[in-house]
Amino acid sequence: MASHSDSSSSAGSQRRGVRNPAARATATDKYSVLLPTYNERENLPLIVWLLVKSFEESGNNYEIIVIDDGSPDGTQEVAQQLEKIYGPDKILLRPRAKKLGLGTAYIHGMQHATGNFIIIMDADLSHHPKFIPEFIRKQKEGNFDIVSGTRYKGNGGVYGWDLKRKIIRVANFLTQILLRPGVSDLTGSFRLYRKEVLQKLMEKCVSKGYVFQMEMIVRARQLNFTIGEVPISFVDRVYGESKLGGNEIVSFLKGLLTLFATT
Amino acid sequence: MTKLGQWISTLLALMLIWLCLVQDLLNLGYSQKFHDVIVPLPVYLLVTAGSYSLATLGLRLASFNDCEEAAQELFLQIQEAQADLASKGLKLGSSEAAPGRP
Repeated sequence: MASHSDSSSSAGSQRRGVRNPAARATATDKYSVLLPTYNERENLPLIVWLLVKSFEESGNNYEIIVIDDGSPDGTQEVAQQLEKIYGPDKILLRPRAKKLGLGTAYIHGMQHATGNFIIIMDADLSHHPKFIPEFIRKQKEGNFDIVSGTRYKGNGGVYGWDLKRKIIRVANFLTQILLRPGVSDLTGSFRLYRKEVLQKLMEKCVSKGYVFQMEMIVRARQLNFTIGEVPISFVDRVYGESKLGGNEIVSFLKGLLTLFATT
Repeated sequence: MTKLGQWISTLLALMLIWLCLVQDLLNLGYSQKFHDVIVPLPVYLLVTAGSYSLATLGLRLASFNDCEEAAQELFLQIQEAQADLASKGLKLGSSEAAPGRP
Protein backbone atom coordinates (compact mmCIF):
# COMPACT_ATOMS: atom_id res chain seq x y z
CA MET A 1 0.00 0.00 0.00
CA ALA A 2 1.47 3.34 -0.98
CA SER A 3 1.97 5.19 2.23
CA HIS A 4 1.54 8.86 2.85
CA SER A 5 4.98 10.31 2.29
CA ASP A 6 6.58 11.08 5.64
CA SER A 7 10.08 12.21 6.26
CA SER A 8 11.59 8.86 7.08
CA SER A 9 14.12 10.26 9.48
CA SER A 10 11.74 11.98 11.89
CA ALA A 11 12.30 9.96 15.03
CA GLY A 12 9.50 11.56 16.94
CA SER A 13 6.81 11.31 14.30
CA GLN A 14 3.61 9.81 15.66
CA ARG A 15 2.84 8.35 12.24
CA ARG A 16 5.39 5.65 13.01
CA GLY A 17 2.41 3.76 14.37
CA VAL A 18 2.30 1.82 11.13
CA ARG A 19 5.36 -0.19 12.12
CA ASN A 20 4.12 -0.92 15.59
CA PRO A 21 0.42 -1.76 15.69
CA ALA A 22 0.52 -1.89 19.46
CA ALA A 23 1.51 1.78 19.71
CA ARG A 24 -0.84 3.62 21.99
CA ALA A 25 -2.76 6.64 20.74
CA THR A 26 -0.20 9.37 21.18
CA ALA A 27 -1.12 12.19 23.47
CA THR A 28 -1.29 14.54 20.52
CA ASP A 29 -3.88 12.65 18.41
CA LYS A 30 -7.20 14.40 18.70
CA TYR A 31 -10.38 13.59 16.82
CA SER A 32 -12.80 16.34 15.86
CA VAL A 33 -16.28 15.10 15.01
CA LEU A 34 -18.18 17.41 12.67
CA LEU A 35 -21.95 17.22 13.10
CA PRO A 36 -23.89 19.37 10.67
CA THR A 37 -27.44 19.50 11.92
CA TYR A 38 -30.78 20.70 10.68
CA ASN A 39 -33.84 19.98 12.78
CA GLU A 40 -32.20 17.27 14.84
CA ARG A 41 -33.60 18.26 18.20
CA GLU A 42 -34.52 14.69 19.09
CA ASN A 43 -31.46 13.00 17.70
CA LEU A 44 -28.73 15.41 18.72
CA PRO A 45 -28.62 14.49 22.43
CA LEU A 46 -28.63 10.82 21.53
CA ILE A 47 -25.82 11.02 19.02
CA VAL A 48 -23.76 13.15 21.41
CA TRP A 49 -24.36 10.68 24.24
CA LEU A 50 -23.25 7.78 22.03
CA LEU A 51 -20.19 9.72 20.85
CA VAL A 52 -19.15 10.60 24.38
CA LYS A 53 -19.64 7.00 25.50
CA SER A 54 -17.59 5.65 22.59
CA PHE A 55 -14.71 8.07 23.08
CA GLU A 56 -14.59 7.68 26.83
CA GLU A 57 -14.52 3.92 26.48
CA SER A 58 -11.74 4.00 23.91
CA GLY A 59 -9.76 6.70 25.67
CA ASN A 60 -9.21 8.80 22.59
CA ASN A 61 -9.05 12.56 22.79
CA TYR A 62 -12.00 14.21 21.07
CA GLU A 63 -14.26 17.16 20.51
CA ILE A 64 -17.68 17.39 18.92
CA ILE A 65 -18.44 20.38 16.72
CA VAL A 66 -22.13 21.00 16.17
CA ILE A 67 -22.80 23.07 13.07
CA ASP A 68 -26.46 23.93 13.14
CA ASP A 69 -27.94 25.78 10.19
CA GLY A 70 -30.48 27.87 12.07
CA SER A 71 -32.86 25.01 12.83
CA PRO A 72 -36.32 26.27 13.66
CA ASP A 73 -37.10 23.36 15.94
CA GLY A 74 -34.88 24.32 18.86
CA THR A 75 -31.85 22.19 18.01
CA GLN A 76 -29.53 24.94 19.15
CA GLU A 77 -31.20 25.18 22.53
CA VAL A 78 -30.68 21.47 23.04
CA ALA A 79 -27.09 21.84 21.88
CA GLN A 80 -26.52 24.50 24.52
CA GLN A 81 -27.81 22.18 27.21
CA LEU A 82 -25.43 19.50 26.00
CA GLU A 83 -22.57 21.98 26.11
CA LYS A 84 -23.38 22.62 29.77
CA ILE A 85 -23.56 18.93 30.57
CA TYR A 86 -20.38 17.83 28.83
CA GLY A 87 -18.32 21.00 28.85
CA PRO A 88 -17.48 23.56 26.16
CA ASP A 89 -14.14 21.90 25.48
CA LYS A 90 -15.92 18.77 24.33
CA ILE A 91 -19.06 20.22 22.73
CA LEU A 92 -18.36 23.16 20.45
CA LEU A 93 -21.32 25.04 19.08
CA ARG A 94 -20.61 26.76 15.82
CA PRO A 95 -24.02 27.53 14.31
CA ARG A 96 -24.86 29.38 11.16
CA ALA A 97 -27.77 31.62 10.36
CA LYS A 98 -29.46 29.51 7.73
CA LYS A 99 -29.27 26.33 5.70
CA LEU A 100 -26.09 26.72 3.73
CA GLY A 101 -25.20 23.23 2.62
CA LEU A 102 -23.00 20.38 3.69
CA GLY A 103 -19.74 21.33 2.02
CA THR A 104 -19.64 24.77 3.59
CA ALA A 105 -20.66 23.24 6.92
CA TYR A 106 -17.53 21.08 6.83
CA ILE A 107 -15.34 24.03 5.91
CA HIS A 108 -16.88 26.08 8.70
CA GLY A 109 -16.47 23.23 11.19
CA MET A 110 -12.86 22.59 10.21
CA GLN A 111 -11.92 26.18 10.90
CA HIS A 112 -12.80 25.58 14.53
CA ALA A 113 -11.44 22.07 14.83
CA THR A 114 -8.41 21.61 17.04
CA GLY A 115 -7.97 17.94 16.30
CA ASN A 116 -5.55 16.50 13.76
CA PHE A 117 -8.18 14.10 12.53
CA ILE A 118 -11.69 14.92 11.39
CA ILE A 119 -14.64 12.53 11.54
CA ILE A 120 -17.70 13.25 9.49
CA MET A 121 -20.97 11.46 10.01
CA ASP A 122 -24.73 11.86 9.91
CA ALA A 123 -26.40 13.25 13.00
CA ASP A 124 -29.59 11.24 12.60
CA LEU A 125 -28.33 8.05 14.25
CA SER A 126 -27.93 6.17 10.98
CA HIS A 127 -24.20 6.11 11.71
CA HIS A 128 -23.24 4.58 15.05
CA PRO A 129 -20.30 6.05 16.97
CA LYS A 130 -19.29 2.59 18.14
CA PHE A 131 -17.45 2.22 14.83
CA ILE A 132 -15.22 5.21 15.46
CA PRO A 133 -12.63 3.28 17.50
CA GLU A 134 -12.46 0.81 14.61
CA PHE A 135 -11.90 3.67 12.18
CA ILE A 136 -9.10 4.93 14.41
CA ARG A 137 -7.57 1.49 14.72
CA LYS A 138 -7.72 0.97 10.97
CA GLN A 139 -6.14 4.34 10.32
CA LYS A 140 -3.20 3.54 12.56
CA GLU A 141 -2.87 0.05 11.17
CA GLY A 142 -2.31 1.22 7.62
CA ASN A 143 -1.34 4.82 8.24
CA PHE A 144 -4.23 5.78 6.00
CA ASP A 145 -5.11 9.28 4.98
CA ILE A 146 -8.79 8.42 4.89
CA VAL A 147 -10.87 5.65 6.44
CA SER A 148 -14.30 5.14 4.91
CA GLY A 149 -17.18 3.22 6.40
CA THR A 150 -18.66 0.72 3.97
CA ARG A 151 -22.08 -0.86 4.00
CA TYR A 152 -21.23 -3.30 1.25
CA LYS A 153 -18.20 -5.22 2.45
CA GLY A 154 -17.45 -7.56 5.29
CA ASN A 155 -20.29 -7.52 7.77
CA GLY A 156 -21.33 -4.03 6.80
CA GLY A 157 -25.01 -3.70 6.03
CA VAL A 158 -28.18 -1.71 6.19
CA TYR A 159 -31.30 -1.92 8.29
CA GLY A 160 -34.57 -0.45 7.17
CA TRP A 161 -34.38 -0.34 3.43
CA ASP A 162 -36.30 -2.65 1.17
CA LEU A 163 -36.94 -1.66 -2.38
CA LYS A 164 -34.59 1.19 -1.82
CA ARG A 165 -31.69 -1.12 -1.11
CA LYS A 166 -32.09 -2.73 -4.48
CA ILE A 167 -31.93 0.60 -6.22
CA ILE A 168 -28.97 1.68 -4.13
CA ARG A 169 -27.13 -1.51 -4.96
CA VAL A 170 -27.60 -0.89 -8.68
CA ALA A 171 -26.42 2.67 -8.22
CA ASN A 172 -23.35 1.50 -6.34
CA PHE A 173 -22.62 -1.00 -9.09
CA LEU A 174 -22.75 1.79 -11.67
CA THR A 175 -20.34 3.89 -9.68
CA GLN A 176 -17.94 0.96 -9.47
CA ILE A 177 -18.01 0.39 -13.22
CA LEU A 178 -17.81 4.00 -14.26
CA LEU A 179 -15.50 5.44 -11.67
CA ARG A 180 -13.50 2.40 -10.48
CA PRO A 181 -13.01 4.16 -7.18
CA GLY A 182 -11.18 1.44 -5.31
CA VAL A 183 -13.59 1.66 -2.39
CA SER A 184 -16.73 -0.40 -2.08
CA ASP A 185 -19.08 2.31 -0.77
CA LEU A 186 -18.70 5.52 -2.67
CA THR A 187 -21.77 7.38 -1.43
CA GLY A 188 -21.13 6.71 2.23
CA SER A 189 -20.66 9.69 4.51
CA PHE A 190 -19.20 8.11 7.63
CA ARG A 191 -15.50 8.79 7.31
CA LEU A 192 -12.32 9.69 9.11
CA TYR A 193 -9.89 12.08 7.44
CA ARG A 194 -6.54 13.52 8.34
CA LYS A 195 -7.30 17.17 8.79
CA GLU A 196 -4.91 18.41 6.11
CA VAL A 197 -6.24 15.81 3.68
CA LEU A 198 -9.82 16.97 4.17
CA GLN A 199 -8.77 20.58 3.74
CA LYS A 200 -7.02 19.75 0.49
CA LEU A 201 -10.04 17.83 -0.81
CA MET A 202 -12.53 20.52 0.15
CA GLU A 203 -10.56 22.97 -1.97
CA LYS A 204 -10.90 20.74 -5.00
CA CYS A 205 -14.48 19.52 -4.75
CA VAL A 206 -17.22 21.29 -6.60
CA SER A 207 -20.31 19.09 -6.34
CA LYS A 208 -23.21 19.42 -3.96
CA GLY A 209 -25.17 17.01 -1.82
CA TYR A 210 -24.05 13.42 -1.61
CA VAL A 211 -22.40 13.55 -5.02
CA PHE A 212 -19.90 15.63 -3.11
CA GLN A 213 -19.15 12.63 -0.88
CA MET A 214 -18.44 10.66 -4.05
CA GLU A 215 -16.27 13.39 -5.45
CA MET A 216 -14.16 13.51 -2.31
CA ILE A 217 -13.13 9.90 -2.73
CA VAL A 218 -12.52 10.24 -6.45
CA ARG A 219 -10.33 13.31 -5.91
CA ALA A 220 -8.56 11.57 -3.06
CA ARG A 221 -7.61 8.76 -5.42
CA GLN A 222 -6.38 11.26 -7.98
CA LEU A 223 -4.17 12.87 -5.37
CA ASN A 224 -2.88 9.44 -4.35
CA PHE A 225 -4.20 9.55 -0.82
CA THR A 226 -4.53 6.16 0.84
CA ILE A 227 -7.98 4.94 1.79
CA GLY A 228 -8.88 2.18 4.23
CA GLU A 229 -12.31 0.67 4.76
CA VAL A 230 -14.25 -0.44 7.81
CA PRO A 231 -17.58 -2.30 7.57
CA ILE A 232 -20.37 -0.38 9.25
CA SER A 233 -24.05 -0.93 9.85
CA PHE A 234 -26.41 1.79 8.71
CA VAL A 235 -29.71 2.04 10.53
CA ASP A 236 -32.29 3.99 8.64
CA ARG A 237 -34.86 5.02 11.22
CA VAL A 238 -37.19 6.92 9.01
CA TYR A 239 -39.69 4.18 8.41
CA GLY A 240 -42.17 4.20 5.63
CA GLU A 241 -40.94 7.45 4.25
CA SER A 242 -39.73 7.08 0.72
CA LYS A 243 -36.72 9.32 0.64
CA LEU A 244 -35.68 8.07 -2.72
CA GLY A 245 -37.75 9.98 -5.21
CA GLY A 246 -37.25 10.32 -8.93
CA ASN A 247 -35.50 13.60 -8.26
CA GLU A 248 -32.82 11.99 -6.17
CA ILE A 249 -32.18 9.34 -8.76
CA VAL A 250 -31.89 11.90 -11.53
CA SER A 251 -29.53 14.11 -9.58
CA PHE A 252 -27.45 11.10 -8.60
CA LEU A 253 -27.11 10.05 -12.25
CA LYS A 254 -26.26 13.56 -13.28
CA GLY A 255 -23.62 13.78 -10.60
CA LEU A 256 -22.20 10.39 -11.48
CA LEU A 257 -21.96 11.22 -15.18
CA THR A 258 -20.38 14.57 -14.41
CA LEU A 259 -17.72 12.90 -12.31
CA PHE A 260 -17.27 10.29 -15.03
CA ALA A 261 -16.67 12.94 -17.66
CA THR A 262 -14.57 15.32 -15.63
CA THR A 263 -12.28 13.22 -13.45
CA MET B 1 -7.22 11.45 -18.68
CA THR B 2 -10.78 11.36 -17.44
CA LYS B 3 -12.61 8.08 -16.90
CA LEU B 4 -14.73 8.92 -19.94
CA GLY B 5 -11.53 9.46 -21.89
CA GLN B 6 -10.19 6.10 -20.78
CA TRP B 7 -13.36 4.34 -21.86
CA ILE B 8 -13.45 6.04 -25.25
CA SER B 9 -9.82 5.43 -26.06
CA THR B 10 -9.98 1.79 -24.98
CA LEU B 11 -13.13 1.19 -27.02
CA LEU B 12 -11.63 2.94 -30.03
CA ALA B 13 -8.48 0.88 -29.80
CA LEU B 14 -10.46 -2.35 -29.60
CA MET B 15 -12.67 -1.29 -32.51
CA LEU B 16 -9.63 -0.57 -34.66
CA ILE B 17 -8.10 -3.93 -33.91
CA TRP B 18 -11.38 -5.65 -34.68
CA LEU B 19 -11.80 -3.75 -37.95
CA CYS B 20 -8.24 -4.60 -38.96
CA LEU B 21 -8.90 -8.26 -38.37
CA VAL B 22 -12.27 -8.32 -40.07
CA GLN B 23 -11.16 -6.50 -43.19
CA ASP B 24 -7.87 -8.33 -43.07
CA LEU B 25 -6.03 -5.07 -43.53
CA LEU B 26 -2.75 -6.62 -42.60
CA ASN B 27 -3.16 -9.25 -45.28
CA LEU B 28 -2.40 -12.05 -42.92
CA GLY B 29 -4.86 -14.41 -44.63
CA TYR B 30 -7.14 -16.13 -42.15
CA SER B 31 -9.20 -19.26 -42.41
CA GLN B 32 -12.94 -18.94 -42.74
CA LYS B 33 -13.41 -20.38 -39.25
CA PHE B 34 -11.33 -17.62 -37.68
CA HIS B 35 -13.34 -15.10 -39.65
CA ASP B 36 -16.61 -16.61 -38.42
CA VAL B 37 -15.52 -16.07 -34.85
CA ILE B 38 -14.08 -12.61 -35.20
CA VAL B 39 -16.99 -10.94 -36.94
CA PRO B 40 -19.66 -11.38 -34.28
CA LEU B 41 -17.13 -11.00 -31.44
CA PRO B 42 -18.26 -7.54 -30.29
CA VAL B 43 -21.81 -8.76 -29.86
CA TYR B 44 -20.65 -11.83 -27.95
CA LEU B 45 -18.57 -9.64 -25.66
CA LEU B 46 -21.47 -7.28 -25.08
CA VAL B 47 -23.78 -10.12 -24.15
CA THR B 48 -21.15 -11.61 -21.87
CA ALA B 49 -20.56 -8.27 -20.17
CA GLY B 50 -24.29 -7.80 -19.72
CA SER B 51 -24.77 -11.24 -18.22
CA TYR B 52 -21.82 -10.80 -15.91
CA SER B 53 -23.23 -7.49 -14.72
CA LEU B 54 -26.65 -8.97 -14.02
CA ALA B 55 -25.12 -11.91 -12.22
CA THR B 56 -22.93 -9.68 -10.06
CA LEU B 57 -25.86 -7.44 -9.24
CA GLY B 58 -28.04 -10.40 -8.33
CA LEU B 59 -25.33 -11.82 -6.11
CA ARG B 60 -24.77 -8.53 -4.34
CA LEU B 61 -28.47 -7.95 -3.78
CA ALA B 62 -28.90 -11.43 -2.37
CA SER B 63 -25.97 -11.09 -0.01
CA PHE B 64 -26.82 -7.60 1.18
CA ASN B 65 -26.62 -7.64 4.96
CA ASP B 66 -29.73 -6.72 6.85
CA CYS B 67 -28.63 -5.63 10.29
CA GLU B 68 -31.46 -6.47 12.62
CA GLU B 69 -29.20 -6.63 15.67
CA ALA B 70 -27.78 -3.20 14.96
CA ALA B 71 -31.25 -1.70 14.93
CA GLN B 72 -32.20 -3.39 18.16
CA GLU B 73 -28.99 -2.48 19.89
CA LEU B 74 -29.55 1.13 18.84
CA PHE B 75 -33.10 1.09 20.17
CA LEU B 76 -31.92 -0.09 23.58
CA GLN B 77 -29.10 2.43 23.67
CA ILE B 78 -31.50 5.23 22.83
CA GLN B 79 -33.51 4.41 25.90
CA GLU B 80 -30.39 4.22 28.03
CA ALA B 81 -29.24 7.55 26.64
CA GLN B 82 -32.54 9.27 27.27
CA ALA B 83 -32.58 8.11 30.86
CA ASP B 84 -28.99 9.12 31.48
CA LEU B 85 -29.39 12.52 29.87
CA ALA B 86 -32.56 13.22 31.83
CA SER B 87 -30.67 12.44 35.02
CA LYS B 88 -27.97 14.90 33.95
CA GLY B 89 -30.57 17.60 33.55
CA LEU B 90 -31.43 17.56 29.88
CA LYS B 91 -34.88 18.91 29.16
CA LEU B 92 -36.32 18.35 25.72
CA GLY B 93 -39.48 20.36 26.16
CA SER B 94 -42.89 19.19 25.06
CA SER B 95 -43.20 17.75 21.61
CA GLU B 96 -44.21 14.48 20.05
CA ALA B 97 -41.27 12.12 20.30
CA ALA B 98 -40.82 11.17 16.69
CA PRO B 99 -38.61 8.17 15.98
CA GLY B 100 -36.70 9.84 13.22
CA ARG B 101 -36.35 12.98 11.26
CA PRO B 102 -39.42 15.23 11.33
